Amino acid sequence: MRSALIALTLPMILAFGVAVAAAQEAGQIKTSKGAAQVERAGRKLPAKVGQVVQQGDVVVTGADGSVGITFRDNSLISIGPDSVLAIDRFAFDSTTHQGAFDSSLKQGTLAVVSGKLAKQSPEAMKVKTPAAILGVRGTEFLVRTGPAKD
Amino acid sequence: MFVPAQRKTESRLARTPHLAWLAPLALTVLAGCASRNDLYVLLPGKDGKTGALIIESDGQKQTLDKPYAAARVKNVGSVDGFKSSEAEVKQDFGPALAAQPKRPVSFYLYFETDTDEFVPESRALVNQIFAEIARRPAPEVVIIGHTDRVGTPQHNDALSLRRAERCRDELIKLGIPKVRISVAGRGSREPEVRTASQVSEPRNRRVEISVR
Repeated sequence: MRSALIALTLPMILAFGVAVAAAQEAGQIKTSKGAAQVERAGRKLPAKVGQVVQQGDVVVTGADGSVGITFRDNSLISIGPDSVLAIDRFAFDSTTHQGAFDSSLKQGTLAVVSGKLAKQSPEAMKVKTPAAILGVRGTEFLVRTGPAKD
Repeated sequence: MFVPAQRKTESRLARTPHLAWLAPLALTVLAGCASRNDLYVLLPGKDGKTGALIIESDGQKQTLDKPYAAARVKNVGSVDGFKSSEAEVKQDFGPALAAQPKRPVSFYLYFETDTDEFVPESRALVNQIFAEIARRPAPEVVIIGHTDRVGTPQHNDALSLRRAERCRDELIKLGIPKVRISVAGRGSREPEVRTASQVSEPRNRRVEISVR
């Protein structure tokens, strides 16, 4: 009985996994200047306007670089020069506006305008830095993180 | 190609093992020194509302909830609040702020009873919406159709989708690529104005066009 149940549910779980993988787009790059890349599974893609950003991507800028991304929930995130931003998790249901958006700024500067996820539920959006974790209750804020200059 | 700044710091540390005997002395000096250069600032919202940001560093918590309320974290676990300003913010975050994408906007178009024909005022808006889409880099357009509560739910689902597709077709005619547009019909589920069943309500016969 139990094995029959597993035999039935396993393909369902797999099918669901595929459906989630198909809806991978988290956002799109709308502005890009200077040296900027999207790192995805060991590959480096140029951070051009129109480039799709997915969960798991790391966006990296050089000394003259900056990138602005609009996410599917209308969150706007931009980074300045010498910055490293990881999109750890992005899930958004466009009907209920529920989901989760976790990102980490490893170094550099970040400007955020939160979107429908943070509006729907105050726990939905989190930004991490090496020194702190930020709870976002809307709407616009700035983050700089890095080691102290000597 | 470029090397992220972090790597430079690591290699500098790696080059100094012969100074290890200085460690106890260095620790006493460092106790009063900053190890981090972190800065967090809450901005006034463009819509006039200022939200809130909760900063937690190793158990220490601080809530920012006023325009330009800010905090520095110089060492993990110490969050020092202060008030920043528009001028300071421009200096500290100029390039990141300049890189912000354009804010998403929504337009509403209204329809004649039980048709996908625009009311005249809405017809006149189509060119304006096209212009807004055309001036955005990599634009994405989401079109959602709605109906009032006259007719069956099945009829209204189909009608709302037809209205959304009508808007899409008008924008494609003007030159917006089809792949940039997605459409959906929500029937009478999300009225702008709540009414009883079978009530004709012009404000509910609408399409929302979101552009980002």
